[in-house]
Amino acid sequence: MTFTIPIENGDAVKIAEAESQRTLYPYVTGTSIVAIKYKDGVLMASDMGGSYGSTLRYKNIERMKAIGKHSLLGASGEISDFQEILRYLDELTLNDNMWDDGNSLGPKEIHNYLTRVMYNRRNKFNPLWNTLVLGGVKNGKSYLGMVSMIGVSFEDDHVATGFGNHLARPILRDEWHADLSFEDGVKLLEKCMRVLLYRDRSAINKLQIAKITEEGVTVSQPYSLKTFWEFSSFHNPTASAEGSW
Amino acid sequence: MTKQHANWSPYDNNGGTCVAIAGSDYCVIAADTRMSTGYSILSRDYSKIHKLADKAVLSSSGFQADVKALQKVLKSRHLIYQHQHNKQMSCPAMAQLLSNTLYFKRFFPYYAFNVLGGLDEEGKGCVFTYDAVGSYERVGYGAQGSGSTLIMPFLDNQLKSPSPLLLPKQDSNTPLSEAEAVDLVKTVFASATERDIYTGDKLEIMILKADGIKTELMDLRKD
Repeated sequence: MTFTIPIENGDAVKIAEAESQRTLYPYVTGTSIVAIKYKDGVLMASDMGGSYGSTLRYKNIERMKAIGKHSLLGASGEISDFQEILRYLDELTLNDNMWDDGNSLGPKEIHNYLTRVMYNRRNKFNPLWNTLVLGGVKNGKSYLGMVSMIGVSFEDDHVATGFGNHLARPILRDEWHADLSFEDGVKLLEKCMRVLLYRDRSAINKLQIAKITEEGVTVSQPYSLKTFWEFSSFHNPTASAEGSW
Repeated sequence: MTKQHANWSPYDNNGGTCVAIAGSDYCVIAADTRMSTGYSILSRDYSKIHKLADKAVLSSSGFQADVKALQKVLKSRHLIYQHQHNKQMSCPAMAQLLSNTLYFKRFFPYYAFNVLGGLDEEGKGCVFTYDAVGSYERVGYGAQGSGSTLIMPFLDNQLKSPSPLLLPKQDSNTPLSEAEAVDLVKTVFASATERDIYTGDKLEIMILKADGIKTELMDLRKD
């Protein structure tokens, strides 16, 4: 970050540059992540958009990544901070591997680590501007949790970030049940993603669905949802209110 | 160059209510299981009660990330204590530790509203109530959190204990039986749930006695 500062007060230059090292606002952001537990593990959905304020700058961002053998991390918020978190996790999983003791970090451990990282950054007033979703399966047990940028964390059978919390969670509360089949799980996620597509202006119609089971992680190829815009009231929206838009 | 202000707050209120009542040989600690942020519910099944020692159970509402960090600090300090003293911490000792831990962050507080319940060295129930920066006192009953203003006056009415200023010092524990105290707790939470949007979903009740801890779950309104 650069500042133009009047030169009369030379100290102000040094102080301002020192001040500017903290995150103040996000720049390139990803929108919601929606995730559910199902019969064999966890399903997670996200779109591939990266917005620069109101501009849709990037349309090919993968916001879900496999971590180690047992976990899947999805992030909304600042993309560069997500990439930084992936670097932290790379180091964590590398060190875990180097022990070479047959043990590997499970989703619960990764979730705890991420919670500590986010909380500690918040304590230093320099947050990582993300809301993270951590899903995974280890030893047959599924795990799904969420961490916010100030360190609030919890686990549940279904989670969603950002707009997903407002639009997708109510659908999940109504229609989620234990032991969903893969097809039903995907249908449920697509239902949520379609609502988000209609109502979240930063959502784009290019999404991926990731699945994590005991066998590992698979991230689908990007695809788009069918949408319907031919509602009669969309055709002449001002019919009942002349002069409005 | 004016000082730049953060456009985010390091604090959030995740809501919820905690209550504890001390009896002659038991202590009841209860809290709802709703975790919220703003006008959204994050989880309907989040426990706010944590056992710190055999005879000391902490219930905290407020900012969940700070509550979690506070519990970690207390848990690890308790472990060190056990290594050094070869015994568990008593409830009054844990009460002092909690106060000191909170005051340690006097200038960037843990946004946690705590009620500590347990059994004292004589086996009688004890409840300690705190503010966010560690000022505490031993009481016969306590309520903290978003529903505390609704619950406390009712508890005052039902459990009014003698003034702590009287001499000789009178027992502030309730003469109610364990079953009556649990019933009272269920009543106050059902009432608080009606009017406090941050309280609801489920009620978790822990009953601490000399022979162990019992947990009970009760449904509350989900709206």
